[in-house]
Amino acid sequence: MWIYALRRLILTIPILLGVTIICFLLVQIAPGDPIQSLLPPDASEADAAALRAYYGLDKPLVIQYAVWLGKVLTGDLGMSIQVDAPVAEEVGRAFANTITLALLAVALAFIVSMILGVIAAYKSGTWIDKLFTSVAVFGISVPTFWLGVVLVIIFAVELNWLPAAGMGSSGSEHFSYLRWEDFKFAIMPMIALALPPLGIMTRTTRSSVEEVLNQDFVQTLRAKGLGEAAVLRHAVKNAMPQIIAMLGLQLGYLIGGSVLVEMVFNWPGTGYLLNKAILSRDLPVLQGTILVLATSFVMINLLIDLAQSIIDPRIKRS
Amino acid sequence: MEHPKKPEPHVRDPHPRDTGGPAQPMLIARDVKKHFPIHAGLLNRQVAEVKAVDGVSFSVMKGETLGVVGESGCGKSTLARLLMHLMDKDEGEIILDGLSVGTYQGMPLQDLRRSMQMVFQDSYSSLNPRLTVEDSVAYGPSKQPGISKKKAREIARDILEKVGLRPSLFGARYPHELSGGQKQRVNIARALALDPRMLILDEAVSALDKSVEAQVLNLLNALKAQLDLTYVFISHDLHVVHYISDRVLVMYLGQVVEIGPVDRIYADPRHPYTRALLDCQLSMHPDDRVEQAPLAGDPPNPVNPPSGCRFHPRCPFAEEICSSKMPELGDTLRAGRDQHLTACFMAQPNSGHSKAPTQAELLKRSAAAPAPMEA
Amino acid sequence: MTDATSDPITLNQEADLPQAVVRGYWASVWNRLKYDYVTLFCLVLIVLIVLSAVFAPWLAPFDPEKSSMANRLKPVGYKEYLLGTDEQGRDILSRILYGGRTSLAMGILPVAFGTLIGGLFGIIAGYYGGRVNMIIMRTMDVFFAFPSVLLAVAISGSLGGGLQNQLASLTIVFIPPLCRVAETAASQVRTMDFVDAARASGASTFSILKDHVLITVISPVLVYASTLVSASILLASGLSFLGLGVSPPTPDWGLMLSTLRQSIWVQPLVCAIPGIAILITSIAFNIVSDGLRVAMDVKS
Repeated sequence: MWIYALRRLILTIPILLGVTIICFLLVQIAPGDPIQSLLPPDASEADAAALRAYYGLDKPLVIQYAVWLGKVLTGDLGMSIQVDAPVAEEVGRAFANTITLALLAVALAFIVSMILGVIAAYKSGTWIDKLFTSVAVFGISVPTFWLGVVLVIIFAVELNWLPAAGMGSSGSEHFSYLRWEDFKFAIMPMIALALPPLGIMTRTTRSSVEEVLNQDFVQTLRAKGLGEAAVLRHAVKNAMPQIIAMLGLQLGYLIGGSVLVEMVFNWPGTGYLLNKAILSRDLPVLQGTILVLATSFVMINLLIDLAQSIIDPRIKRS
Repeated sequence: MEHPKKPEPHVRDPHPRDTGGPAQPMLIARDVKKHFPIHAGLLNRQVAEVKAVDGVSFSVMKGETLGVVGESGCGKSTLARLLMHLMDKDEGEIILDGLSVGTYQGMPLQDLRRSMQMVFQDSYSSLNPRLTVEDSVAYGPSKQPGISKKKAREIARDILEKVGLRPSLFGARYPHELSGGQKQRVNIARALALDPRMLILDEAVSALDKSVEAQVLNLLNALKAQLDLTYVFISHDLHVVHYISDRVLVMYLGQVVEIGPVDRIYADPRHPYTRALLDCQLSMHPDDRVEQAPLAGDPPNPVNPPSGCRFHPRCPFAEEICSSKMPELGDTLRAGRDQHLTACFMAQPNSGHSKAPTQAELLKRSAAAPAPMEA
Repeated sequence: MTDATSDPITLNQEADLPQAVVRGYWASVWNRLKYDYVTLFCLVLIVLIVLSAVFAPWLAPFDPEKSSMANRLKPVGYKEYLLGTDEQGRDILSRILYGGRTSLAMGILPVAFGTLIGGLFGIIAGYYGGRVNMIIMRTMDVFFAFPSVLLAVAISGSLGGGLQNQLASLTIVFIPPLCRVAETAASQVRTMDFVDAARASGASTFSILKDHVLITVISPVLVYASTLVSASILLASGLSFLGLGVSPPTPDWGLMLSTLRQSIWVQPLVCAIPGIAILITSIAFNIVSDGLRVAMDVKS
């Protein structure tokens, strides 16, 4: 167990290194010369060269990468071009908003998908099963940004029940999920974000519970006179490790994939930040945000793997 | 078990592609070695090596069938792949009809492919599930220079007929639509499609039912006579090897422990391992039932083979000399085809083993042995 | 041993096997598929969507890029505007028909390129094994460290808008998963005896890859690729929604949704239409790929 944990930890290092290389290259593949945009139009070649040297852009790519990586490791992600603030600060604030929303969405998806999946597996083949499976297909196929727009149309435009966007008048600093006035702002983004993982997890739950229900030991339980509710509890317990694994994966995807939903609802998270950075071509912010999100995705996967090997000792991975 | 009459190895007119003459063995393997490195640990360093084939020498005469027996894991299949050059050997030399294979002045690999082919064990992986029978058989010829697709198909249909599968009925079928015996016939047809002079049969009948096995063995014997073939027949089944072979080679942990004419080996096995293997055979006679397993335990790990004689940890007669010195087999290449060689101190006079025969006993014993088959 | 005296070569081969219907692999796949009515319905739907995009110039009632200030943001069914008009008075139906061209292309092309490139790398990694495998697969692992949406946004975001950039970034997103599927299948084929038999008959590595490995790897890879088409449509429309796709006058479902979003307070229903087009197409591709996967599972 500990050896596995250690191995898994060591294997994460080259992956993270690879992630930094890709993030570094993101700025390199961007079209346009960053120096040109900083210079006045009448600047001479010598001025350009001097500025290039000042930013270290005249050195070979490998050196530039090493310098950049050194800064990243000390928490320095550079300066935002647009707002003249450290990128790390901007990303940190946005990341907190993203992760809480993602956690809420995953929790919602988990609860609903457990209910739908278990019932669908238990009623396998009936119209209820077909209905719930259709819900799952809808969840997987729906474009989240469109769903966001539709939710706004229904609940904000037509019914006027919920606010259309943002985090409320008090702003993100004083936002509290526990206050209904504030929480109202989180409801629609949460639902829009929850639907794709809900679809995927309903499918997983349905198939793994159904598989357990078809196994011999379940027949034995029934033969022993165990009630249906108890049988189902056994089945769900056995299917749990697989569902947990899927849950972790989905949380990771939400953290990275909330860009579009955050944009629809002007939710001040990393996605919203990314969108602003793309529109204003603020590459340091783009790079920093991607780096933080990818790193957290890797770390979540690592945690899930470790947690899994504790929950389910049968899992032996090499 | 009743043995139908065995086709005699006879002298024939030389094969049109014969290069070495009738006295030249079809195949000579000289001191062939293959060791596999084992990597382990966080840094994936080489920590050990498996001595899968460790200095094997033998020869196969033209028109002969050499049986190779041994437990699973003794290196039989690796040997087959080395002979076929599907794997690169670490050391040693393979000479086909007088020409060293793969060397500068010898025989190029492409010619070896035409002269020697391999029949694989019938398993789900022996035939490509996406190719029809005819396509599988025609594949080899179609890859030869100067043979058109059409010509390759003609060859395939011709060979299918020879192995007893009517091309009009079986040619368009897929492997999953065939029985085990039929699949094995296709495997044989595929090997014969290149018109080889020699076949290596690696557990070629081992996965078949007994009745089907007999049919395929008969087919092999008939094809051998009809097409003037030489066989190396690898199997763990001693009955089958007894039935089909002229000579037998016994392998243990990558080495040859005994080699000799089939009747002599079966009548008078000298190596305790061979004896144990023969004792393991199930007898048809209720009185001859084996009460105790003659071979205890699994074969030792080939990663760290025992010192001295590799069989000594399992040998009931092991003495001190067995763990300190490795018994020699003798020169299999120099010895004639009637020679019976054994890598055991108990078979070698004055070896230092308490059961070693004196020179006189040895002479008496070879006189009592059944006469070697006339060549 | 039985039957040793009879002619050893010919055996009663007919008795050995019931007369099986000789049928190719694809024929048996079709045989299973033709009773799956939901999948067939969605297949027909996809064909219709593709045809309507291809024949958009003949089907569209209006020029999709011609704006009309007098007819801005008209509701569904206003005069001859069947699905209403957008904020520049352009006909929504015509734009949906034309927009299907980019949206479908962006669903299929990145997956196709990803299949070619990822499949090639996967086959090479799987067949050669060892160091080659390690280099290729460890590189792919790094890409797996990015959730797909994030990777697409990251690459498109730094490359900027435009169709070629969108195509490039989506292709990069799909290479690693397809490579992994191909690698798994190819490394299984590598150990098969029929590959050794082909080598023994003197076939070159290239011939073996072409004739034996490819034919076996292709069906799991294609099944997997088909499940990615729907994901690709969603990703592409998402990128266009962020402004990282076609440039404005050209119609595209994601871009239409993005610009119409400003007008939800005026014409809510019209604003939802481009999303419905994306949704239907994506559901249809999802169901078809599911049905295909079931039908191509040889074991059943």
